[in-house]
Amino acid sequence: MDRWFFRRLVDRVVRAACLVATLVALVPLFSVLGFIAVRGIGGISLDFFRELPRPVGEPGGGMAHAVWGSLEIVGMACLFAVPAGVLAGVHLAEFSDTRFVRAVRFAADVMAGVPSIVVGLFVYAVVVVPSGGFSALAGSLALALLMLPTIARSTEELVRLVPESLREAALGLGVPKWRATLHVVLRTALPGVVTGIMLAVARAMGETAPLLFTAFNNRDWSEGLREPTASLPVNIYTYAVSPYPEWHEQAWAAALVLVTLVLCLSIGARLLAGGSARAR
Amino acid sequence: MSDRASAPRLRVATPRDDSRTPARSQPSEEVPAKVRTKALRAFYGKTEVLHGIDLAILAREVTAVIGPSGCGKSTFVRSLNRMHEVVPGARVSGTVLLDDEDIYAVGVDPVAVRRRVGMVFQKPNPFPTLSIRDNVLAGLLLNGVARNDADGLVEQALRKAALWDEVKDRLSNAGTSLSGGQQQRLCIARALALEPEVLLMDEPCSALDPIATARVEELIHELRQTYAIVIVTHNMQQAARVANRTAFFYMGELVECDRTEVVFTRPKERRTEDYITGRFG
Repeated sequence: MDRWFFRRLVDRVVRAACLVATLVALVPLFSVLGFIAVRGIGGISLDFFRELPRPVGEPGGGMAHAVWGSLEIVGMACLFAVPAGVLAGVHLAEFSDTRFVRAVRFAADVMAGVPSIVVGLFVYAVVVVPSGGFSALAGSLALALLMLPTIARSTEELVRLVPESLREAALGLGVPKWRATLHVVLRTALPGVVTGIMLAVARAMGETAPLLFTAFNNRDWSEGLREPTASLPVNIYTYAVSPYPEWHEQAWAAALVLVTLVLCLSIGARLLAGGSARAR
Repeated sequence: MSDRASAPRLRVATPRDDSRTPARSQPSEEVPAKVRTKALRAFYGKTEVLHGIDLAILAREVTAVIGPSGCGKSTFVRSLNRMHEVVPGARVSGTVLLDDEDIYAVGVDPVAVRRRVGMVFQKPNPFPTLSIRDNVLAGLLLNGVARNDADGLVEQALRKAALWDEVKDRLSNAGTSLSGGQQQRLCIARALALEPEVLLMDEPCSALDPIATARVEELIHELRQTYAIVIVTHNMQQAARVANRTAFFYMGELVECDRTEVVFTRPKERRTEDYITGRFG
């Protein structure tokens, strides 16, 4: 066989294999999204975002408290985890080879692998029990612990990708190291850092197990950060395991809202961070 | 490109035709030096890469530093603005006098030294997140300094770097949208905007094509009137074209330093002659 022909044949075959593999990977993604959309869209109405759940048997009602509860818990978790995670990541990248840094990096990797329910139990033991009850704050803390290693490690990787020449350019201009690190290195890595944060947020948004032990749930609006608070994933769980068909529909609707929320947050954050960095 | 490039290797086009004036072979102690190094040694960890350099850099002159790869040229210029110590494990001993002040004395802030001694690097490195204008102002912006006359300063620096006409209509574009040669001149403008007294250039043309190189060299001719310039180069023709004085480094030692035309036509040391005639390096 002619070599030229053979090479083209191999090229075609490999291309086709890549295409098939891509489609196989996309099928579950789109079937999940499609399935949730189809099953959930029926339960979505303005009331879903405005009203509280009604008692069983009574039609209508919504999950406004869970939507806001989720945003509140995850938002507060970000307040803890983002600054700590990003700065820790910068430290890991900039002072990369001390024994301390290697220990922290190892600890972060181990922490990233800890099952989320274990983190929930831990917060239950050290926060919920001593403070006397479930609270949004405890839920945020549990989620923050889950987000922290992801954010720190992804920030580290991205800060490392910033070329040494930019650091030197800034230092050579008489810029102190801390300013060079924040305004040049971190700024240049920002779009990637934000993507890392969003991955952590998306994961935290969907976590159910740790919230069962910490924020628990609430049939009503939460009265404060120190009170049990409803969240979308816990509500999905509660409604989905219930025996009532109308609750099942609500659970599907909540799933759709949760997915859409994560998607919007990701896209929004990407746009914000990428806005001035598209120059690259 | 120009007839200079095709000239025979040893034909020297000196920037100033004063070869008949008595050559100041080694600047004696009386010659006022902008920068003077005394027994300058530099280390990476335990490896000593500069073995005691005594060299004077005069104001309003271009000093070229030549020598084979790994001879310590870059390390030398990087110790003149305390950039050497940025590398983990790197340190310096000896004295570097900037206007008779030791920049390595206890209590001297390296950040302050770097504002007086500007640096242009081998590869153009504009900040990708900043516009052309903000790249020029980077030294001020990154230090949180606001200037009322920022626009004037930008224009002035870009004019000095011979870039103004090419970029004046797109100052808000990203610095990285420029070509390689323009980026390098942008980096020069960025250094000039801080109004340094000395300009260090570490192989500023090695990533540029011949046309961009010629522009940067013209620029060095202009800048010589104001600044003390040290340029590291692998290209001996370039040293011959732009430098008043040339210092030849070999294996971490300063072999000789003299007026460029002397180094290229009547070197005192055999090693210098071997290098510039291409016998090694």
